[in-house]
Amino acid sequence: MTSVNRKLWTALFLLGMVAPFLLYPVFVMQLLCFALFACAFNLLTGYTGLLSFGHAAFFGGAAYITGYLVKNTGLTPELGVLVGTLAAGMMGYIFGILTIRRQGIYFAMITLALAQVVFFIALKSPFTGGEDGLQDIPRGMFLGLIDLGHTYHIAGKPLELNLYYFVFAVFCLGFWIIHRAIHSPFGQVLKAIRENEPRAISLGYKVERLKLLAFVLSASLAGTAGATKSIVFQLASLTDVSWHISGEVILMTLLGGLGTVLGPVVGAFTVVTLQSELSALGSWVMVVIGATFVVCVLAFRRGFVGEVLEKIRIRAIKHNE
Amino acid sequence: MTAEYIIETRELTKEFSGFMAVSGVNLRVKKGSIHALIGPNGAGKTTVFNLLTKFLSPSSGNILFNGVDITHEKPADVALRGIIRSFQISAVFPKLSPFENVRVALQRRLGTSYHFWKPSSSLDVLAERTLELLGSVGLEEFAHHHTEDLAYGQKRALEIATTLALEPVLMLLDEPTQGMGAEDVGKITELVRKVAENRTILMVEHNLKVVASLADRITVLQRGSILAEGEYDEVSQNPQVMEAYMGSAHA
Repeated sequence: MTSVNRKLWTALFLLGMVAPFLLYPVFVMQLLCFALFACAFNLLTGYTGLLSFGHAAFFGGAAYITGYLVKNTGLTPELGVLVGTLAAGMMGYIFGILTIRRQGIYFAMITLALAQVVFFIALKSPFTGGEDGLQDIPRGMFLGLIDLGHTYHIAGKPLELNLYYFVFAVFCLGFWIIHRAIHSPFGQVLKAIRENEPRAISLGYKVERLKLLAFVLSASLAGTAGATKSIVFQLASLTDVSWHISGEVILMTLLGGLGTVLGPVVGAFTVVTLQSELSALGSWVMVVIGATFVVCVLAFRRGFVGEVLEKIRIRAIKHNE
Repeated sequence: MTAEYIIETRELTKEFSGFMAVSGVNLRVKKGSIHALIGPNGAGKTTVFNLLTKFLSPSSGNILFNGVDITHEKPADVALRGIIRSFQISAVFPKLSPFENVRVALQRRLGTSYHFWKPSSSLDVLAERTLELLGSVGLEEFAHHHTEDLAYGQKRALEIATTLALEPVLMLLDEPTQGMGAEDVGKITELVRKVAENRTILMVEHNLKVVASLADRITVLQRGSILAEGEYDEVSQNPQVMEAYMGSAHA
């Protein structure tokens, strides 16, 4: 099983390395940012069992903070992303201490309300550019050495390879952290809390503190995704902090498979690809995506990856018998 | 100084908006004994459990554990003192394997519960003890099955193995044989007897046969108050107890 896993990871890594030559690089970078965002969300919702409806606050909040610092203080992009991540983590801590004692729908509603507060700050503050958002964020020099704005021309195709490999590296690092957290001693306890919280308490675990740590981690990495996105698109806008984004990340995670390692990646790729392929349809995109979602939820209740894993499991049981 | 009683409640009372679920209960559980709490439905047995493990806060009264007042502690703190409970509905982690169920109880003592950067292989040191505990309840061969797929009796056995992992000083078992067939009841009874060897057990149990064969001492609750207390023979001859059970358990 582990050798199968290793082969899968190697194949996916190689695919990531050659992807900018096969597809439009900015599109792949967008996929990666949303995939990381969905993975971060999944750490909280899929593995800890807390449904946040306010993750756009971390994604968009970090996009604004990174964008502002890179644009106005000349911070290098990697430090910008780092600061954005830490800022999102701090926001996560504040959200967390206010919400973590709540359960289920109450938790979702309070996170939504707090995220709306962040939305209005982004709308009204003097440094966020209001309705226009922050535009023309420079891509900058990685470590002050490598120009991330540089475009190569290979076979007549413009390729932003420096930026792409920067984004790919951020994604891999973020994904690795999440993967490690899921499989760590901490991750084991999180799963136990998700499965049966009173029992976890009776085993002596201080579940509120553990949930708070999960929330901060999830918020931080959602921030990493948003900060990276602001460098890629050179833009931090109100869309990034709006509740649509909070909803979209739920959709991505559910489509791909809640509580599976690769599910959110698959879900994010599906949703972003649909949005981009169907953009010619204008506002009908929402309808098509909505319909897709309904069909998928009816046909694959566990999400794409969840269904595949379940098939493998059932086959293994039959095989043993 | 060690107290004779491991747990002692003084005038323990719990009121739910006017309804006295538990009123003025003075319960004393002797160290090393198996103590059963019985009574008709709605007598307040589970409420007492929830109060002892701090899942509920008492309206008034005190709870002493080994002579120390624990009335105002949190559930996790009480668990750290070695008071571990089971639940009326089977309390397992269904999507973790039986192996992981037991290991998650063991791993708290490693002190790495917050270490999200450590690989899961850092838990391998617990594997031997985990399998030993699973073996002690006869679940070793199911270690890596899906917990959801286990039979009901096996789930309860798994729950006991998980509880044992914490080396509890006092085990609170909430209806350990509820909803079981005769064969499983026998097995669980044996298991409880085995694990009671070097610890104290307080159990809620409806099955009077189990109570008669296991319990050293019995407390009968009715409408939130203690009706009678003593050994099985003594309690079962008590006319008030017989009356309380008429038309309910002994119909």
